[in-house]
Amino acid sequence: MLTQDLHTVLPELVLAIYTMAALMFAVYTGKDSVTSALTWATAGLMAALALWIGAGEAGSHTAFGGLFVDDAFARFAKVTILLSAAAVLVISQDFMARRGLARFEYPILLALATIGMMAMVSAGDLMSLYMGLELQSLALYVVASIQRDSAKSTEAGLKYFVLGALSSGLLLYGASLVYGYAGTTGFAGILTTVQHGVPVGLLIGLVFMLSGLAFKISAAPFHMWTPDVYEGAPTPVTAFFATAPKVAAMALIARLVEGAFGGITPQWSQVLAALSVVSMFVGAIAAIGQRDIKRLMAYSSIAHMGFALMGLAAGTAFGVQAMLIYMAIYVTMNVGTFAFVMSLEMGGKPVTDIGLLNQFSKREPLKALAVLVLMFSLAGVPPMLGFFGKFYVLKAAVDAGMSWLAVAGVVASVIGAFYYLRIVFYMYFGADQEGAESRMAPAQWVALMGVAVIMLAAIVNFFGIEPAAVAAAASLVG
Amino acid sequence: MTVAALAFYAFSIVTVAAALMVTLSRNPVHSVLWLILTFLSSAGLFVLLGAEFVAMLLIIVYVGAVAVLFLFVVMMLDVDFEELKGQMVKYMPLGLLVGVVILMQLALGIGAWTSADGAMGLHQAPTPDVAQVENTRALGMLIYDKYLYLFQLSGLILLVAMIGAIVLTLRHRRDIKRQNVLHQMWRDPAKALEMIDVKPGQGL
Repeated sequence: MLTQDLHTVLPELVLAIYTMAALMFAVYTGKDSVTSALTWATAGLMAALALWIGAGEAGSHTAFGGLFVDDAFARFAKVTILLSAAAVLVISQDFMARRGLARFEYPILLALATIGMMAMVSAGDLMSLYMGLELQSLALYVVASIQRDSAKSTEAGLKYFVLGALSSGLLLYGASLVYGYAGTTGFAGILTTVQHGVPVGLLIGLVFMLSGLAFKISAAPFHMWTPDVYEGAPTPVTAFFATAPKVAAMALIARLVEGAFGGITPQWSQVLAALSVVSMFVGAIAAIGQRDIKRLMAYSSIAHMGFALMGLAAGTAFGVQAMLIYMAIYVTMNVGTFAFVMSLEMGGKPVTDIGLLNQFSKREPLKALAVLVLMFSLAGVPPMLGFFGKFYVLKAAVDAGMSWLAVAGVVASVIGAFYYLRIVFYMYFGADQEGAESRMAPAQWVALMGVAVIMLAAIVNFFGIEPAAVAAAASLVG
Repeated sequence: MTVAALAFYAFSIVTVAAALMVTLSRNPVHSVLWLILTFLSSAGLFVLLGAEFVAMLLIIVYVGAVAVLFLFVVMMLDVDFEELKGQMVKYMPLGLLVGVVILMQLALGIGAWTSADGAMGLHQAPTPDVAQVENTRALGMLIYDKYLYLFQLSGLILLVAMIGAIVLTLRHRRDIKRQNVLHQMWRDPAKALEMIDVKPGQGL
């Protein structure tokens, strides 16, 4: 029995053993001087695990008496998480080294956070949900303030920690109510119990849990921490926050609402729809006044989470599929954008003011073109991949009879297009003045250009992620 | 009234009264002492429930470690509690309002108390019969056997906490002298000492 269970969690186990071995290795050898090697090794292992999971055996398995679920949905989310974490590690290595932040704990903490995320998306029980979430969050609190000499970074970590603890409290309280009324913490058990009628207490618990999780994906009105944390944390850490943890938390919400409360779709669909509308508008409108590109990306991620939630709010298998595709596209765009943001500097110091992008196209025509493609894609302009992500979730909402939600989404996306296009405007038609330089390591250059090419090329067949997303959605909703 | 019932009422009253005093007493050190009493009497309640292992854990972990730690922190922190209380009056109305709203919502939720079908049976499923398996063994079966996965995950969480504490606080200071034990032990009197014959009235 145990052998079989261990076989099911083997990827997580491998990563966990690797982190411990790497920690020991770094502590007993060169300490911070091995950081760069560790970063590459961790990224390589993550990419290898992603390939292994992606090419692994099909079908659904549970381990440890239902605590851990390995199905197509979990595998899709894990591949996305692992690949984006690996990409962020690779593009951040140069930045960390040059800013004196090359500490060997950084890749190790990211790997531990990744284990937490893998546990989250595989959770089959309220308890394993919480353990995975805490493992991820705790590692993220630490990396947020890893630049401990900077007041802003420390503030970011502290703010994130206090508010994160509060949201964990909400989540736990909700989980205890759900357990109390349903009598079990297993998702499968809850699913069968709610078939025979839903007590009010159970719904209160569900709403509490969704509030706690909405904090983790920074959906409005639980988004207050996001701009400050994004701005204060070192840029590579911000890049990580904006990618893998978002996928994990979104997949966790999908797992919770579909896996445990699948029988009562109308009850949670309205909650998710409300979160979705508020997030889209808050993200689109509040970003207009931002001058700092990291704060801008924070609001951008809030708006994007609104769109992804729209897919979930539809409550259909197609909705889950749309959400998965949206998240995959979203993390790809963010990796490219942050590779660019990390490279911006003036006089050797990193800068984030968008006003410094004036006439950037004169200085770096190729990079400006790539950023233009990315910004168009983030805004959802038709030929780019970002448009197709939005198209899928809108279609899911319309199919589920939520046309009002889709209309709100289109309006918000038009408002939001303004600030993405403003960056492009600055780059091409801005006032002629001294601006930021872009100094890129090869990995960052490859990430930026690669993502820009993907935004254009992948519209042909999405690189085959669509069948995978269909299978994933079917395994969850089916 | 049986002895058990009497003991139950005694422990419950002490628990509630002590918990009240934790929040009401003006001196934070007194609060912690009341907290310890709360823990002790709730440990008594656990014993009455037949959960002697949890009761002992409560005393060892909460009274023995956590509360004493609290006591240290409260005594060492230089916090002006009177000033904090002054702030509290300002926020009291809002706090009360939020509290009342939450209370009403909970009352609504619990007022409509209906567990899902079969929830009661499910609640009891994880615990084996007390008559057959003793507490410690049953807990061990749950923690190290059934919930092995969660146990290991919590191990990882503690590892992250440890790494985090070190990353964020450890500083290698270069301007201080450290004790190097090996260096001390390898020191050889023959090399370190030099005998000099000082003649009277000449000095070195």
